[in-house]
Amino acid sequence: MKLLTHNMLTSHVKGVTKGYPLLIKATEVKMNEVEFNPQFVSRMIPKLEWSALVQAADELGQRQDLPGELVPDYEKNEDFLKKVHRLLLEVEVIEGCLQCPESGREFPISRGIPNMLLSEDEA
Amino acid sequence: MVIWSPGGTLSQPLVSSRTCFESATKMATTNSRSCLQYLLHLAHDNLDFRLPEIKALLALRGKKFQPIENFKEKVRKTNSPFWCLDGLSEEDVRGIMARSVCAKSAFELWGHGQTHSELRTSLLNYPLEHMSPFMEKHSTYRINVYTFNKTLEFTDRIKKIDALDYLPFEGTVSLKSPQHVFCLLEDYGTDPNDIPDHPYYIYFGRWIGDGQRELIRSHSVKNRHFIGNTSMDAGLSFIMANHAKVKENDVVFDPFVGTGSLLVACSQFGAYVCGSDIDYNTIHGKGRSSRKNQKWRGPDENIRANLRQYGTENMYLDVMVSDASKPVWREAALFDAIITDPPYGIRESTRRTGSHKDTAKPADGFYMESHVPVSQAYHLSDIFTDLLNFSAHRLVMGERLVYWLPVYRPDYSEEMVPLHPCLRLISNSEQTLSSHTSRRLITMEKIKEPEEQDSLALGADPSLSPYQGHNAFREKYFSGVNKRSGKEENKPEVNGE
Repeated sequence: MKLLTHNMLTSHVKGVTKGYPLLIKATEVKMNEVEFNPQFVSRMIPKLEWSALVQAADELGQRQDLPGELVPDYEKNEDFLKKVHRLLLEVEVIEGCLQCPESGREFPISRGIPNMLLSEDEA
Repeated sequence: MVIWSPGGTLSQPLVSSRTCFESATKMATTNSRSCLQYLLHLAHDNLDFRLPEIKALLALRGKKFQPIENFKEKVRKTNSPFWCLDGLSEEDVRGIMARSVCAKSAFELWGHGQTHSELRTSLLNYPLEHMSPFMEKHSTYRINVYTFNKTLEFTDRIKKIDALDYLPFEGTVSLKSPQHVFCLLEDYGTDPNDIPDHPYYIYFGRWIGDGQRELIRSHSVKNRHFIGNTSMDAGLSFIMANHAKVKENDVVFDPFVGTGSLLVACSQFGAYVCGSDIDYNTIHGKGRSSRKNQKWRGPDENIRANLRQYGTENMYLDVMVSDASKPVWREAALFDAIITDPPYGIRESTRRTGSHKDTAKPADGFYMESHVPVSQAYHLSDIFTDLLNFSAHRLVMGERLVYWLPVYRPDYSEEMVPLHPCLRLISNSEQTLSSHTSRRLITMEKIKEPEEQDSLALGADPSLSPYQGHNAFREKYFSGVNKRSGKEENKPEVNGE
């Protein structure tokens, strides 16, 4: 699971009102090289929940010097775009789980694929 | 297609009473070239899908579909594969051909007519300054002859090319590597049982480019790494991506992703792709193989490997195990296209999580990684209601949902296509599956942000009534098949033993 995907996911456990962002508990993280595409990264940044990305990067120990606030004129800042690119598309959680911040329900991630299914009484 | 050139060099002087551009010759050539007409030659299959595809590709370039002839009369009724378009630049046409899987080739239209003498008049009226850049002395060229619904003898093709000797070609013929290619296209109608002696219509033009028919072969499911029982064929997958106006740097989502055929097509057009499916084994590429002679799926049979096979792994975001009826995506305009082939319960089961029974709770905090919750039937009407509501919320404004709607043909009427206050119906193209069944490719575009009252209530839309009783639909769907096979069983066996 990439952090771009994580940024778009929320908990859907019945009754939960603050299910975002999901906490990440990783036991295996991999870096997977992806071609840098500055147009795509610039296009995605306004769609992101920035604080959720920062939090996720922190949880995985991958934050490095990523600023807590989005920088102005990021479209022209290739260095910054490369950092965001690396976090969004190259860091991958292979094993671990996502946890609903309110209910504590865990969604397992195995072989890089999250399993978001709820059991009968949770949905 | 035969390749030849007019006999001998030509120097017949062209009449100088040329039309509209006489005074415009001094204008910048780019200006005057902008009002040229273009001829599209379409493949004669997936007929119903061609117009929405070309319109969507034009819309991607901010252009309108402007046929020069009475399109309804001439083209739609006869299903002619030749369409003449106005209001485009050569760049537009190249852009369309870089994407279209319905179009075979495109030409700058130089002349046309019902007879060869009409074609001659039309060609002689075509502004010389538009022709001459492609006919210069030191250029090389070649002329092709293409006949639709008729096969011509080689010598007849040569005669047709020789008959074009009134055109002022000054370059030399090169069959192997010409700088410019021209084509004479003759339309003998679409009825193979009634082929006329003379063509109904003739076109002549300069070849601009070919469409992407090659993708149908290169992406054939036959040679794909990871497939399932219901993998979408390559041609239709690309058509769906085109109907959805998928473009570079889009984020595309398929909520019933299966083996990812639609993601393969979208990634080919430069979109980043993600998908989900309720089937744990499919998403993880486990379980029984869909291939003949192979019992189990191999270790690396998954969607990511499919993208890798076609060199688009860079476009892979994620897939996950998830229930489309219970969205896990935060509520925001996340996707530039939602494109999917929902399960109809015909060749795969329709399921969602949930149970009618009271099930025992698992021990607190204990969730098996491979725990598969009990799934219950997912009614077709609910699938479509969920899909439309989901799309209204998660699509970027102006972007598209494309999905298949199964149809029992005797009962079908346009009112049955589910509507949504935030989604405008763009196109509805039928693919016939049998005498009584078909599926329709529905394309919708988001026109407004949803407010509370815009949500479709499950099962509330009367237009969905045929899909209400899921099993009723299935029964109908199969009824014809059963009847027919029943008949066959009753037939006296000809080769009886």
